[in-house]
Amino acid sequence: MSANTAVAEKYRNNFLKEIEEQVEMGDWVKMCMQCGVCSGSCPTNFQSAWDHPPQELFMMIRAGKREEVLTSSSMWNCTSCYNCIVRCPRKIPITHIMHGLAEYAHRIGMAPKMQATRFFSGLFWKNATHTGRVNELKLSLGLYFKDGFVQGVKNGMAMQSVALGLVKAGRLNVLELFGGHKCKDQKGIHAMLAKAYEIERVRKAAKMAG
Amino acid sequence: MADIKVAAYICKGCGLGERLDADALVKIAQKDGKVPMAKTHDFLCNADGVAMIKNDIANEGVTHVMIGACSRRAKTEAFHFPENAVARANLREGVIWIRPDTDEARETTQEMAEDYIRMGCAEVKAMTAPEGNPNTGGSKTLLVVGGGITGMTTAIEASKTGYSVVLVEKSGELGGWAGKLYKRVPVHEPYKSPADTGVADLASQILADGNIKLYLNATIAKTDGSPGKFVVSIATESGATHTEDIGAIVQATGFTPYDMNKLPELGGGKSANVVDQAGLEALAIDAASKDGVIRRPSDGQPVKSVVFVQCAGQRDPTGKHLSFCSGHCCNTSIKQAMYFKDANPDVDTTIIYSDLRTPGNGEDFYRSAQEKGVIFTKGTVAEVVPTGNTSTVKFNDLILGDADASIVDADLVVLATGQVPNSGVNIDAPAAAPAEAGAEPKVEIKPISILNLNYRQGPDVPHLKQGFTDSHFICFPYETRRTGIYTAGPVRRPMDIPQAREDATGAALKAIQALENAELGRAAHPRSGDLSFPKVRLEGCTQCKRCTVECPFGAIDEDVKGFPLFNESRCRRCGTCMGACPVRVISFENYSVNTVGAQIKAVDIPDEFSEKPRILILACENDAYPALDMAGMNRIEYSAYVRTIPVRCLGSVNTIWITDALNAGYDGVMMMGCKSGDEYQCHFVKGSELGRVRLSKIDDTLKTLNLESERVRDLEVAITDIQRLPEMINKYAAELVAVGPSPFKGF
Amino acid sequence: MATKEYAFYPGCSSQKGASASNYLTSVEAMCKTLDVKLTEIPDWNCCGASIGYAEAGELPRHVLNARNFALSEQHMPGKEIVATCAACWLGARETRERLTHSETLMADTREALKEAGLTINEMPNIRHMVEVLIEDLGFDEMKKHVVRPLEGVKIAGYVGCQTNRPFGVDGESFENPQYLDKMVEMVGAEPIPDYEQKVTCCGGALAFSEPEKAQAQIKDIVESAYDHGAEMIVTPCPLCQANVEIYQGQVNKRYGTKFDIPVMYYSQLMVVAYGGDAKAAGLNGQVIKARRLEEIAAKPVKR
Repeated sequence: MSANTAVAEKYRNNFLKEIEEQVEMGDWVKMCMQCGVCSGSCPTNFQSAWDHPPQELFMMIRAGKREEVLTSSSMWNCTSCYNCIVRCPRKIPITHIMHGLAEYAHRIGMAPKMQATRFFSGLFWKNATHTGRVNELKLSLGLYFKDGFVQGVKNGMAMQSVALGLVKAGRLNVLELFGGHKCKDQKGIHAMLAKAYEIERVRKAAKMAG
Repeated sequence: MADIKVAAYICKGCGLGERLDADALVKIAQKDGKVPMAKTHDFLCNADGVAMIKNDIANEGVTHVMIGACSRRAKTEAFHFPENAVARANLREGVIWIRPDTDEARETTQEMAEDYIRMGCAEVKAMTAPEGNPNTGGSKTLLVVGGGITGMTTAIEASKTGYSVVLVEKSGELGGWAGKLYKRVPVHEPYKSPADTGVADLASQILADGNIKLYLNATIAKTDGSPGKFVVSIATESGATHTEDIGAIVQATGFTPYDMNKLPELGGGKSANVVDQAGLEALAIDAASKDGVIRRPSDGQPVKSVVFVQCAGQRDPTGKHLSFCSGHCCNTSIKQAMYFKDANPDVDTTIIYSDLRTPGNGEDFYRSAQEKGVIFTKGTVAEVVPTGNTSTVKFNDLILGDADASIVDADLVVLATGQVPNSGVNIDAPAAAPAEAGAEPKVEIKPISILNLNYRQGPDVPHLKQGFTDSHFICFPYETRRTGIYTAGPVRRPMDIPQAREDATGAALKAIQALENAELGRAAHPRSGDLSFPKVRLEGCTQCKRCTVECPFGAIDEDVKGFPLFNESRCRRCGTCMGACPVRVISFENYSVNTVGAQIKAVDIPDEFSEKPRILILACENDAYPALDMAGMNRIEYSAYVRTIPVRCLGSVNTIWITDALNAGYDGVMMMGCKSGDEYQCHFVKGSELGRVRLSKIDDTLKTLNLESERVRDLEVAITDIQRLPEMINKYAAELVAVGPSPFKGF
Repeated sequence: MATKEYAFYPGCSSQKGASASNYLTSVEAMCKTLDVKLTEIPDWNCCGASIGYAEAGELPRHVLNARNFALSEQHMPGKEIVATCAACWLGARETRERLTHSETLMADTREALKEAGLTINEMPNIRHMVEVLIEDLGFDEMKKHVVRPLEGVKIAGYVGCQTNRPFGVDGESFENPQYLDKMVEMVGAEPIPDYEQKVTCCGGALAFSEPEKAQAQIKDIVESAYDHGAEMIVTPCPLCQANVEIYQGQVNKRYGTKFDIPVMYYSQLMVVAYGGDAKAAGLNGQVIKARRLEEIAAKPVKR
């Protein structure tokens, strides 16, 4: 049974409860009063990037539209600008819920497969936690080569002027490819994060069981 | 009539002395006003000035006082001489404050002041001091009709104030709709959960109160008389009729839920599992008496999912159902959803709304429901389809843009159907038209009269277009058009329990004021305390019945011969009867066809070559005149050619005044009255409307006189038109210059 | 004024050869003038940034920040932590708020930290450098050191998102924060108080993953600065700086514009105004050169 079918089975007919228990800040979804200020405050929604702006996602969760919500690319358009949070009259942590929904969809394997921000987000986290610090060069290259070697070279060429500018200004170091900045206690960091993942997994499973 | 002695007093304070030639004004009073005594004073409203007037009254035999100073709306306490006829010439707000202080303006400003002195002298001579209505009654008992929250609160509040109360309730117990609730929407911190209704406590207070006489299973068979001396027959179930002497009446007859059988598309009447909000309360009370589980009426199974349909048959734009919002239903549905959630959080509760309206602390209650897991869905319900023991609710999801959204397997559907007032017979409804051939016979329940008023105008108080009792919704919310009869609670507008309780308290106090005023022979609002009342010279009356028909307050009955029979205590002193009377036999001691007519004629009309037009303004004293005064206070200038006379209401304007003015050579007449129609702002409700109907016929008069229609202008004025009014006056003055001088000058 | 001391959390982008290395250069020079002593938290790690959300989860993200708190406490007990990066400050501060308000989260965090041999006893205060400047030093103190006012330079104060929302600088509004304009004024330059893109998002991490969406926003931010006659843009955030500066060429290609406006850090303006040279102000780190500032930085100092 996949991660998705397990939770889907457990929360049958109660998608709201699933979100409340499994998504960070998910218990706030029920408090939305559908004013739409979040949707009207979102910079990427101005560009019609969201098929379902936050207000709508909240309503869809209440209406039990599980498949549509979790497979949506909408929340991956969040730029973490926090405009929705500060304007929400109900003080709902919307940004965090968007991240939480994305994380959950990603976790149970329902998020859109080649969504660029999903890819970049994972890449960033792995890059940052691998040595404890971000390696900007590897991060960029990792993104350019996400669609294979040929596309990667093309992407790299397209960004060449940007990269060159940074190199000239001393803000991109080609030597970063070989090692680069890192924390000393990488082992400790890895052990600590592994423990954190385990605790979180156990807690979420307990909620599902309870 | 006893000998009269008129004295005129010209004040020189507030800049009047500097801006006007006071000595010239004294001479005008003596020469044109023909008053034997005319004086100036540097500061007339101070103790010394007032003492001077009082001394003249006491020692010089002065009976009539003309004060040339500020507006009649100012210094009313200083210039209060109740034994005397008093007229006020408005030299301050009406002259020096609306004119520029320049040498060029000095002449026209002085002319304006002189005319107001002439007018004041002429007016006061046509007056007598009001003596008060002798035909009074002194009953201090309040009748409260209806024993719901509103009625009980009115009775308790009135009793606490020291007045005895007769409380009449149609059913066998107190409480009304609130008594049929399981719980009520909370009114105290933290506004999170349904609360006890408090009905039992109110009812026990009533029963324990020796000041309150309670009739259950009783109705009003007949209401006779007027404030201070109503005689009310109370019919009881046993058939016996009791008679009570009543000072004032509060009608608190509440509402009936809109009949859900009129909503078959929403499943109303189609299934036992579709109920209205009252139906759900009954289920909740039933559940509370057993195991606390609300059950499906069709088979007694516990309700696992419930859908609330807001605005069912309300806010309906098609005209088929109620057009208005009943205000309480959103909070009521939230409360009812909590009945389920508080007992069992696993019950699915969905409220489908188009606009959730939870004002004030209702917002906390709404949030609490969200915290409890009540689902709120913005949408409009198209159809409720009951099948077997459940229903499918089909709706247009307004957020998701899904016109075919639905909720299946709802065990229970609750329709929020809204409030229909129990307001009795609509006395203004046209007689029922005979049914068209082939048309389906309509089953209409004939409304039963509540008060059974023995009034010429009909058995109940008038209604607004939605069926709620007419109350002066802008200024005097409890006042009906039947003096001494007040309505409170959902019978006068949709409302919830806290609003009804506040309403009840207000109405109790207004009713107490009314019966106290009635005993003293004084008017109720808006001329509260006025001692004048209409007098009629019956020998001149032609029994045309215009006064009896037009009186907005049902104050005038007819005797067997068709002569008007005045019930002075019902009268509000608006003067509509006086304006209506074609033979001008109705008058007040201090306000009559003569007092105004004499002023119109007193104005000095310059000849046609002087290029000084004259415009008569008849300004409603409730809105237009204060607005003009305020324009003065703000020093907003307007034309020096106007001469303003305050009138009690546009309804009191007798067309003879307009004819007289035009004949006298005035170039134009401006009528300033309040907004009329459904959104009326008239203090006398119908006064300005009736005045305008009369005025609409003035064109004929103008044609007879061979005058242009521009000569008479009707202006709708609100008290806030402080900037606009001077603009309108100046514009009209300019228009009249274009029309040219009146051909009647100098005749 | 006595030396002010803080635990310093520079963040990944401020490291040598990284995208905001010039920010750090200028901050160091600025702090020297203002007698602010920053001691780097030994072996600090990445904050996780907002964009790590897909993999981060809740606890791992907070644990990552908590490790920095623990290290700070271990080496500099009682010191407030100062971040120069908006994202570092936001991430750390968010962790601080959450851990303070949830005993479970705090207990779980301690348990995970144990694996790295660390613990937290007291929750540190998390400050952004601009908070230190405004609240601990104040505008008067900052102004005292101005020896080379940036006279006649018109600068659009671009506050951006994460120093402004959801926490922001105390006393400022989310919709129209004033502090950056005041700082521009403080260094003797001319602020643009009605710059309407002041708090518009630069696109954040979407500049990498979905450049067309981010660049649409960058275009608005730059265009409005031009419309108001700005000669340069100033910002307190490394990602804002990078996004708004380095993609101007791509924006020009996409929209046919001719943008070429320098984007500075407040600290760079201050270093030049405080008499520092171009190197101390990190002006050599500009992809779009700030010629006007370079000229001023080359002038002798009025003393």
